[in-house]
Amino acid sequence: MRAGKRTLLAVLMSLLCMTTAVFAEESAPVDMATFTANNIWMMVATFLVFVMHLGFATLEAGLTRAKNTVNILFKNTLIPAIGVLTFALIGFNLMYPGEAFAGRWFGFSGFGISLPEGGVTSAYNVGYTYWTDFLFQAMFAATAATIVSGAVAERIKLHSFLLFSVIYVAIAYPIVGMWHWGGGWLAVQNFHDFAGSTMVHSVGGWGALAGVLLLGPRLGKYVNGKPKPIMGHSMPLAVIGVFLLWLGWFGFNGGSVLSGDPGPVSYVLVTTTLAAAAGIVGAMATSWLVQKKPDLSMVLNGCLAGLVGITAGADAVGISASIIIGAIAGVLVVLAVLGFDRARIDDPVGALSVHLVNGIWGTLAVGLFSAEYSFLVQLKGVLAAGVFCFVFAFVLFLAIKHILGLRVSEEEELKGLDIGEHGMEAYGGFQIFTTQ
Amino acid sequence: MKLIVAYIQPEKLNAVKQSLYEAEVFKISVTNALGCGRQKGYHESYRGADVEVNLLKKVRLEIAVNEDFVKPTVDAIIKGARTGKIGDGKIFILDLPECIRIRTGETGHLAIG
Repeated sequence: MRAGKRTLLAVLMSLLCMTTAVFAEESAPVDMATFTANNIWMMVATFLVFVMHLGFATLEAGLTRAKNTVNILFKNTLIPAIGVLTFALIGFNLMYPGEAFAGRWFGFSGFGISLPEGGVTSAYNVGYTYWTDFLFQAMFAATAATIVSGAVAERIKLHSFLLFSVIYVAIAYPIVGMWHWGGGWLAVQNFHDFAGSTMVHSVGGWGALAGVLLLGPRLGKYVNGKPKPIMGHSMPLAVIGVFLLWLGWFGFNGGSVLSGDPGPVSYVLVTTTLAAAAGIVGAMATSWLVQKKPDLSMVLNGCLAGLVGITAGADAVGISASIIIGAIAGVLVVLAVLGFDRARIDDPVGALSVHLVNGIWGTLAVGLFSAEYSFLVQLKGVLAAGVFCFVFAFVLFLAIKHILGLRVSEEEELKGLDIGEHGMEAYGGFQIFTTQ
Repeated sequence: MKLIVAYIQPEKLNAVKQSLYEAEVFKISVTNALGCGRQKGYHESYRGADVEVNLLKKVRLEIAVNEDFVKPTVDAIIKGARTGKIGDGKIFILDLPECIRIRTGETGHLAIG
């Protein structure tokens, strides 16, 4: 049976090679078989980034209380919808305005998406069609808002959060993305952020920080000035979420090669995985030392921290560097969670520690571990994105606070946002202790 | 000996535990309870259909004490649980004829203390 499968595979492979060989003689930028293979990989990567939204949904649900589960799942269902729709309306053309805006801070090439000439051939790009390009990038856009969702969980009004997400994803995310990926001012300075440690994760992280600062901590988080644990209600859900995110990251980073080129794609997947593994180990060691007993939720954050950390340099750093970057990310995330807690910055799921702290670390690490890129330019990119995103998000949240209000009533927070915002429960028929 | 049974708002449990601790009452059992008194229920809806929830989430405390601890215990529960709003809960005090500690076989006041 095995032998039979192998033979079949060998035949298929040789057929594929033959077609490749035949087409390679033509003068097109890339032959049809390669273009098709590239485009298929890019679509697979798109599906993987898509499934990250399920990962965020389960992770955030698991790390928050049962009485807020409908609310967090609701937000995580709306976010991909908001991301894709706004990206179709303006985001894509804000982020990739075209060569006319090369080196600029801002560009916009009109509303809506429509197929340019040759958009579905390799003349558009050797790696993908116009449509694949749009969908892959749209999936990325939504992740930025998802990061905010976890940090402001269990106390933000639903409509206020949704309004914030629409504006942030539609405008802030693509503008920053344009600076680097859209050929803007950072791109021409040889800034390097391969798949978005800064462009995606820090953008989300800065937005989250602004939200958390304006909202304040959850009721019961600080008693007599001391931080108290508010336990998440399902570690199994959190674990499922992290593994889904890890799976999704193969598309997030692997797809950021922007073609199916075997060498770079497989290399990026290796550095990505090694960093995730090192993040787990780094977080375990730190948690064991600092907290006396190893904390599963910290190790889960450590895995994501390693992934966020390697995202900027997955293609540019060496194998051993990828392990070091991941391990340091794992250490940083645990210290950051404890530090934010002490600083009265209440982040139920550790989104700031994972996405903001390690988004910054990963971007700077490219400057440290790769000879091709300058640390100072990396720092400049981190600071520019940080200032823009934080100010944008802070002003936006502040405006929403004055118009709609940001935080639910104390009574609603105690009873749970599931009843307050949605009038339904996540676990009908179960009795759940809601004493916090 | 008395058995003090109290139904309180779930979110007041921490405050009540704190005030009991200050009154040097360290022994307590807590269970999840559903119930209703004069407080009205709230509305839920599921797929467009209304669900009226009459039974509200409460927490039930049970504390067995010797006579001289009845007043401090009751005062501590009230101190922790009272908001002045409807739904704060009730305290019942029952006579307790006997109490036995399983490990040692002690009975009565010794077993409670």
